[in-house]
Amino acid sequence: MSKLTVVEGSYAVAHAAKVCRPDVIPAYPITPQTHIVEELSKFAANGEIGACEYITVESEFSAISALIGACAAGARTYSATTSQGLALMHEVLFNASGMRLPLVMTVANRAMSAPLSIWNDHQDSIAQRDTGWIQLYAEDPQEAADMTPQVYKICEDNKIMLPAMACFDGFILTHVYEPVVLLEQDLTDEFLPPFAPEHILDPSNPKTFGAFADPGVYSEFRYMQELGMSAALKKIETVADEFNEIYGRYYGGLIDGYYLDDAEIVLVAMGSVIGTIKDVLDELRAEGKKVGLLKIRSFRPFPTDAIRNAVKNAAIIVPLDKSISIGKYEGALCTEIKASLYNTKIDIPVLGYMFGHGGRDIPPERIKKIVSEAEKAIVNGITIESSYVDLREELL
Amino acid sequence: MSSKLCIGGIVEPGSTVINKTGSWRTFKPIYQKEKCIKCGICELSCPENCIIKTEDGYYEIDYDYCKGCGICSNECPRETIEMVLEEK
Ligand code: SF4
Ligand code: SF4
Repeated sequence: MSKLTVVEGSYAVAHAAKVCRPDVIPAYPITPQTHIVEELSKFAANGEIGACEYITVESEFSAISALIGACAAGARTYSATTSQGLALMHEVLFNASGMRLPLVMTVANRAMSAPLSIWNDHQDSIAQRDTGWIQLYAEDPQEAADMTPQVYKICEDNKIMLPAMACFDGFILTHVYEPVVLLEQDLTDEFLPPFAPEHILDPSNPKTFGAFADPGVYSEFRYMQELGMSAALKKIETVADEFNEIYGRYYGGLIDGYYLDDAEIVLVAMGSVIGTIKDVLDELRAEGKKVGLLKIRSFRPFPTDAIRNAVKNAAIIVPLDKSISIGKYEGALCTEIKASLYNTKIDIPVLGYMFGHGGRDIPPERIKKIVSEAEKAIVNGITIESSYVDLREELL
Repeated sequence: MSSKLCIGGIVEPGSTVINKTGSWRTFKPIYQKEKCIKCGICELSCPENCIIKTEDGYYEIDYDYCKGCGICSNECPRETIEMVLEEK
C-alpha cells in the first residue's frame, strides 16, 4: 500500500509534474492563481527537477509562447494556468495544437470575469473547447495528480501529438488538503517514456513549424488534427489501464460510471461535483431509486460512441453543467450530449441543469432536487430543456 | 505537383522558392540602365532581394519574385526605376 500524505491539491499536482521530469517550465502566475507553479519554482530552485529550466515570463501569453518554443525544440514542457490567464493564452493555444506540439498544462478551473470571481466553474476551459487541445477533467486531487503523467503519455504519442489540458476544479480541489499518494519517481519513470518527437527545431537541421497554408491545403491540416484526436480516443483508455497496472489506481478512461448499468436517470457531470453526486447516489440507491452517474473524463476528444453506449437504456439523461453558452441558455455538456444522440435510434429526453457557477456550493439537497425533477419529467415530459437549478429568483 | 503534407505545417527550409510570388505583382518595375549611377540604394531597399547586381556593376530585377511594391522606384535618387501597370 502506497503511503498517503496530507497535502494541498496544488502540491499534489506540482509534485506529479516534477516526477514527469519536465525540461522547461515557463510560468506567470496571474491572479487568481494556485500554488502549482509556486511549488514547482521551489522544486526547481532546490535542484529537485534535474536540469529543468524554470522561466519566469512576463505574462500568460508569454508563458504559452515559451512553452511552444521549448516544446518545438524537443523539450518536455509544463505550466499551469487558470481563468483569465488561460483566456490571455487563447490565440497561442491554436498555434500549439496547429503545430502539433504536445504541451501539457494543468488548468485550475475558475470562473471568468466580469463580474470578478476567483471561484470555480468550468467556463475558462470550456471557452477554449475548439482550440484543438485535449481536455481531461479530474474529480479529486489524487486523480488530478495521476492525470499528469497520463496526459504526457497520451499527447506525446506520435499518432496524436496534440497539446493537453489536465483540468481540475480551482479552489475546491486546488486549495483543499487531502490525503494523497504522491507519485513515485521510479513508477513514473516506468510508466512514462522520455519525450522523443519526430520533428524538432534544430539549427543543424532547420525546419519551419506552422508554415503558411493556402486555401488548397488548410482543411487538410485541420483534418490531420482531427485524426490525432481520434487516435487519442483509444489512447486515453489504454493509458488509464497502463496507469492502473503500474500504480494500481483507475478513474475511468474516456468516461466512468457509478450505478450506471441499470440506471433510469443518468446524471452526467465532470470535475469535483462527482464526489458529491456519488454520495447522494449511495443514499438514493438505498431508497431503491434507479439513479446513476456518467462521469465525463475526456471532454476533448468527445467520447460520442462511449456515451451513446452508456446511456442507451436510460429513461432520462440529465447533464449538469458548470458552464453556460449565453444566448443558448445551456451548458456545454448538455449541448454536446444532445448532439451525440441525434441521428441515432436513441430517443431519450435530455434535461439540462446548470449549477455551481462562480463557485456557488452544490449541496447534496440540490442533487436530490434535480433527481426529483427528473423523475417528474419522465412522467410528464420536459417543459424547460435547460435551466439554472440554483438561481436565486429573489435577487432578480 | 502534390506531395504529402507533414503534420503541424512543418516544412524544410527553402520551400518558398517554389512559390513564385512575382505573380502577385500589379505594377512592374522597369529599370533604365542609362540613368543609373550604381549607388545601390535600390538593392538595399528591396524587401524581396530581387535587385541583383550584374558583373558590370549595374542591376537587373528578378521578376520571378518581385512583388511590384515599388520601394526601389521610390528610393532611387535618379528616377531610374519606373513602375508600369502590368497587363497579364
Ligand atoms: S518593386 Fe519591390 S519587390 Fe520589386 S524589385 Fe522593386 S523593391 Fe523589389
Ligand atoms: S537606386 Fe537608382 S541609381 Fe541607385 S543603383 Fe538603384 S537604380 Fe541605380
